[in-house]
Amino acid sequence: MKKISSLVLFLLSTVTAFGQSGQAIEMADTLRRDGKIWVVVATIAVSFAGLAIYLIRIDRKLNRLERVQKDNARH
Amino acid sequence: MKMIYHSWWKWTALVLIFSSIFTGLLLPVPRLAILHETIRNLYFHVPMWMGMLTVFIISVFYSINYLRTGKQEYDLASAECVKTGLFFYAMGLITGMIWAKFTWGDYWSNDPKQNSAAIGCLLYCAYMILRNSIEEEQKRGKIAAIYNIFAFPIMVVLIFILPRMTDSLHPGSGGNSAFGKYDLDNGMKVAFYPAMLGWSLVAIWIATLRYRMQLIDYNQNQVT
Repeated sequence: MKKISSLVLFLLSTVTAFGQSGQAIEMADTLRRDGKIWVVVATIAVSFAGLAIYLIRIDRKLNRLERVQKDNARH
Repeated sequence: MKMIYHSWWKWTALVLIFSSIFTGLLLPVPRLAILHETIRNLYFHVPMWMGMLTVFIISVFYSINYLRTGKQEYDLASAECVKTGLFFYAMGLITGMIWAKFTWGDYWSNDPKQNSAAIGCLLYCAYMILRNSIEEEQKRGKIAAIYNIFAFPIMVVLIFILPRMTDSLHPGSGGNSAFGKYDLDNGMKVAFYPAMLGWSLVAIWIATLRYRMQLIDYNQNQVT
């Protein structure tokens, strides 16, 4: 969810820059401002979000395995 | 132990780290010589050690509990905490080495902090070898627990005390500038504390996942 929402956020931020183009062709959208540090932030944020999802999935899988084992022990 | 099945603290951990990625990279930091922008490593390198310390403390707690009660689960919990701690140990060393390459000029320059961190790493590698080399469950648990209880204070002295008493070049040691009492910056706390807490919780989370995996395996072997 986080990955998608941050992606949407960045996409939206370029839309506003696009709409403002009048006389000068505005190329520097948000991701290129501030020495492009936002690109680094996005990269790290996305990779961390991926890792987080990975951890959550392992957690869920373990939940399922524990349930199965508990059921097996009962029968 | 019921805590490990709850999810609120796991979400807290993820939110804290996620926020620290943004605040840590974007908020202004003090302009210090030598450190420059690498002062931001405080938000990403130091929490690795915090995570390591957290799971090592928990492993000592379970080692003591194992010796008191003799419950096999405690031995498993303690061992899995050490394994997770070793992972964060490696991450701390590697991130430190990358920083050292661009600050001190070399990945490894035999700085007291680096050397004692390496010795501490070997100390815990020895724990793994010792534990894995004993077949018999109770003997393994006892020896591993006792070793672990003694290894922990030695590791703390090696990493956190000795380098500070010598002329280490590491920030915070020997009068080198760092986040500390000399240049306490309130702005940095916004990113630093969430990162420390978040990574500690993630370290605990990974340790619990490993522990639950071992527990399933252990129960399976009990049944058959």
